[in-house]
Amino acid sequence: MLNYDIVVIGGGPAGLAAAIEAKKSGIDSILVIDRDRELGGILQQCIHNGFGLHEFKEELTGPEYAERFIEQLKELDIECKLDTMVIDITQDRLIHAINTEDGYMTIQAKAIVLAMGCRERTRGAIAIPGSRPAGIFTAGTAQRYINMEGYMVGKKVFILGSGDIGLIMARRLILEGAEVSAVAEVMPYSGGLTRNIVQCLEDFNIPLLLSHTIVDIKGKDKIEGVVLSKVDSHRKPIAGTEKYFECDTLLLSVGLIPENELSKSAGIEMDPATNGPIVNESMETTVEGIFACGNVVHVHDLVDYVSQESRRAGSNAAKYVKDMLIRNGSTLQARPGDGVGYIVPQIIRTDNLEKNLDLFMRVKNVYSHGKLVIRVDGVPVREIKKKHMAPGEMERIKLDLELLKDKNDSILSVEVEKEVV
Amino acid sequence: MERKNMICIVCPIGCHLEVERIDEKVIVTGNQCNRGQAYGIKELTNPTRVLTSTVKVNNAHLSRLPIKTKGGVPKHKISQCIKEINSVELNAPVKLGQVVIKNIQGTGVDVIASRSI
Ligand SMILES: Cc1cc2nc3c(=O)[nH]c(=O)nc-3n(C[C@H](O)[C@H](O)[C@H](O)COP(=O)(O)OP(=O)(O)OC[C@H]3O[C@@H](n4cnc5c(N)ncnc54)[C@H](O)[C@@H]3O)c2cc1C
Repeated sequence: MLNYDIVVIGGGPAGLAAAIEAKKSGIDSILVIDRDRELGGILQQCIHNGFGLHEFKEELTGPEYAERFIEQLKELDIECKLDTMVIDITQDRLIHAINTEDGYMTIQAKAIVLAMGCRERTRGAIAIPGSRPAGIFTAGTAQRYINMEGYMVGKKVFILGSGDIGLIMARRLILEGAEVSAVAEVMPYSGGLTRNIVQCLEDFNIPLLLSHTIVDIKGKDKIEGVVLSKVDSHRKPIAGTEKYFECDTLLLSVGLIPENELSKSAGIEMDPATNGPIVNESMETTVEGIFACGNVVHVHDLVDYVSQESRRAGSNAAKYVKDMLIRNGSTLQARPGDGVGYIVPQIIRTDNLEKNLDLFMRVKNVYSHGKLVIRVDGVPVREIKKKHMAPGEMERIKLDLELLKDKNDSILSVEVEKEVV
Repeated sequence: MERKNMICIVCPIGCHLEVERIDEKVIVTGNQCNRGQAYGIKELTNPTRVLTSTVKVNNAHLSRLPIKTKGGVPKHKISQCIKEINSVELNAPVKLGQVVIKNIQGTGVDVIASRSI
């Protein structure tokens, strides 16, 4: 059996930032495990720019952003095991992992940081009817094939879902010589950032069909086309609006799900709204000594926020190992109010906060000129006016510790209020 | 006179701009801040984009190397630039930031490797 103070599972931006911060906080015995053959996680396939605006005040590509963190990891001499799959973790922080060099191994950690990221929803997750031919990919799979492995996925492509990965792949496919007929989105608004709609669709005259979904897939061995239909306000297809699009490839960009099989097997309590573990102000899960950060906790739209949150997980895992976290001080529970989908962290132990509390959340609808109202036990403590809010854009609120002092067994809620104009 | 409607992409608000050229002057309306004005003028007079793609790489654990243009290239030159990018083939090792193509299509902009491999 191997022994480490801190084991980080996942070597994407979350795991890298957590490990680096833990080392800087004075912990020497750290191991990072990743099942891939190199570090960097999903960023290695995201070759477009737009990463790092907050972290480095520059527009970097995914691999550039990753390389800066990988270099730091090397400089700090942090140990890694690549090509290594973690298959189970237990409540008492015993890790079961496997690779072709060491074979099956068990690793005892004083603290664990979960940073396994997320995966894409597939055709099965959204239950599209029709036959099951070849030529249907998630957008991220196509991204990996084209950008890393050097395989083209098709010539005439239809994209379902307007998440950022789908939008970015629309542009990528055009630049690689394919034709993209359209991007269809079941909601009346896009799930992606406006800048991506402009740069990836409008620049190349690709139509975005809102309130539309696929009702049939044609083709026996290989996909030949899709039948698209308009949907009503309940997202039900409207009969008579069907339209056929010929294609040899269908890409799905219909959302991400945090990858939490390991978390569940350790008995960690999950939040049904995020599909990730419930965490506290220190990014610790409901199992003592097991921390989590990045997309495994909730799906972030900017990697910069992943790095920020993950540094918090890393430094607090270090504090835990040094027995410096306060367990039974005053505690608040965060609850999403009207118009808010979720809040992370869900549990706030104020004694462990230094100055501010960072709250991450998503609203449920598109709002212009609304405000976020933060209440403690029903009493408004702060209001933040917002010119624009949308489900595709995560909101971050910094709350001054003063507002939460001496509150115990309290409820902190955030809700959207429409501004009366 | 030239007139165009566009959505500003400088920040997440996404203002709906109306950009109009009257003689030598470009007038932007609909923007909520100065950055929107600058964006509108640039987008009407000389729209540019940072281009990212990949080139073939040999002797590496991957078969593609990601690259980017070091600055924006004019929008109307994107397809020519892509053609030139696609004609490049490199051998590993390559360092992050290494110049892959100098002054692509006479734009004055270099193409560089966006990772080490
Ligand atoms: C296809 C795709 C495209 C994306 N594109 C963008 C984008 O363009 N811009 C953007 O800002 N964000 C993008 N995102 C979001 C992106 O995931 C985050 O910005 C960021 O990469 C999240 O970091 P992370 O470290 O939490 O997860 P990841 O980067 O996913 O890293 C998780 C790591 O954990 C490893 N792992 C998982 N399970 C195990 C296990 N059991 N054992 C060992 N290792 C394991 C994985 O191999 C992986 O390396 C994209 C996400 C996906 C899925």
